[in-house]
Amino acid sequence: MPISHIMASGLTGMRAAGDLVARMQFSENMRINEAKDYVARKLGVEALDLSDEYVMREIREELDIGVLTSVPGCAKGIASKMNIEKLLDVEINCCDKFREITM
Amino acid sequence: MANEYFLRMGDGERISMTREQIIADLQEGSADAADLGDIPELSGDEIDKLADIIMDPNRIVSVEPGMEIPVTHDIGSIRIDGDQGNSGVGIPSSRLVGCMMHERGFGADTMELGHIDYSFKPVKPVIAQEQQAMEVCQQNMTVPLLYGAMPNLGLYYTPDGPFENPGDLMKAFKINEARESIEHAGDHATRDITWIMQHLQKVGCDGVNFDTIGAAGDGDVYASLYAMKALREEFPNIYIEAGMAGECTLGMHGELEFEGKALAGLWPHEQVPLAEEAGANVFGPVCNTNTSKSSAWNLARAVTFTKAAVSAANIPCHVDMGMGVGGIPMFETPPIDAVTRASKAMVEIAGVDGI
Repeated sequence: MPISHIMASGLTGMRAAGDLVARMQFSENMRINEAKDYVARKLGVEALDLSDEYVMREIREELDIGVLTSVPGCAKGIASKMNIEKLLDVEINCCDKFREITM
Repeated sequence: MANEYFLRMGDGERISMTREQIIADLQEGSADAADLGDIPELSGDEIDKLADIIMDPNRIVSVEPGMEIPVTHDIGSIRIDGDQGNSGVGIPSSRLVGCMMHERGFGADTMELGHIDYSFKPVKPVIAQEQQAMEVCQQNMTVPLLYGAMPNLGLYYTPDGPFENPGDLMKAFKINEARESIEHAGDHATRDITWIMQHLQKVGCDGVNFDTIGAAGDGDVYASLYAMKALREEFPNIYIEAGMAGECTLGMHGELEFEGKALAGLWPHEQVPLAEEAGANVFGPVCNTNTSKSSAWNLARAVTFTKAAVSAANIPCHVDMGMGVGGIPMFETPPIDAVTRASKAMVEIAGVDGI
């Protein structure tokens, strides 16, 4: 059932930019259009591109913010979130903890 | 059959209806929500659009390009490794693997970690285990990862908990004692939820999903809202999702309040301001499915309630659209035709910010 929703109306997570839009909704209480506009501006694309796998694949790899397939050497997990923090200008709790531990 | 269209009953059974019958059910369902919630009915144009979505000849429908929204998840990886009681599919796997499957395999926009019981109270004795699992998941995942659980005030009553069951007390006409029991349970649940999330935030958790708030009535809502308030004060950046259990808050106590506002009898558009005040970032409105009515009736009713909640909200609304809510049939494997129609209708007519 969740996959039916994702296929019908989802931003499809890391396939495109769904995780980034969701993160702005949660971290800044942004409504859908505001969150999409914010993420699109940060990525330098149109809001329509945020669900376009073709556009987002290259951008995600270039910015090293996590790609869906396991590309050797690309940032994964917490490393990708450290880059997302900088891109979206937000603080992510686990990145803070990671910095606390490693500094 | 030439002039009839396939749709579903609220229990998922396939039926066929004429356009006129579908329109009549849409109007009746919307009117029912409007009457109960004292909110506007859907307009004629919105009813027509809803009818077009339902009568679309394709099995799967979708939103127009550019209208996509985030799909957040409840129940966590229990969907993968859990048993049928949680609608799990019983694939042996760790919770990390379950979370990563949702992120990398299913296109989830957010994910959550949850305990196999999926209630807050049983997490207390195994908090270190939950911290460890959260820490490992956060190190390996990119999408926002919440901790999800049900407030489930029922676990605080006998025989499962320390306080006498208010249902039993009410049957004995001990109304004041029943209310006291609910109040004690609510305070304990607030304390427990806050304590659990304090520990999870320490290991890098993104936040919390309160799943099925109000399942045990207004005491459940009371406990959840005060836990949200405490968490927001202590952790200004915590992500808080407030997902409801039902369209109307049942007044099991009847006189409980949050910051001076009565909780009993609230409808989705009246619940969302309280969630906002408590500190939620995302609100999940619910409309329950009536299995004896058609999907047209149920969907129009759900869209009417949800549209009013979205209008009243200042925070994103991720409508609850699991089995038996949000116009989805009350069936464990809801038919794809019904799910995708409900999904499209919620985005394009109710204007939700997510699902």
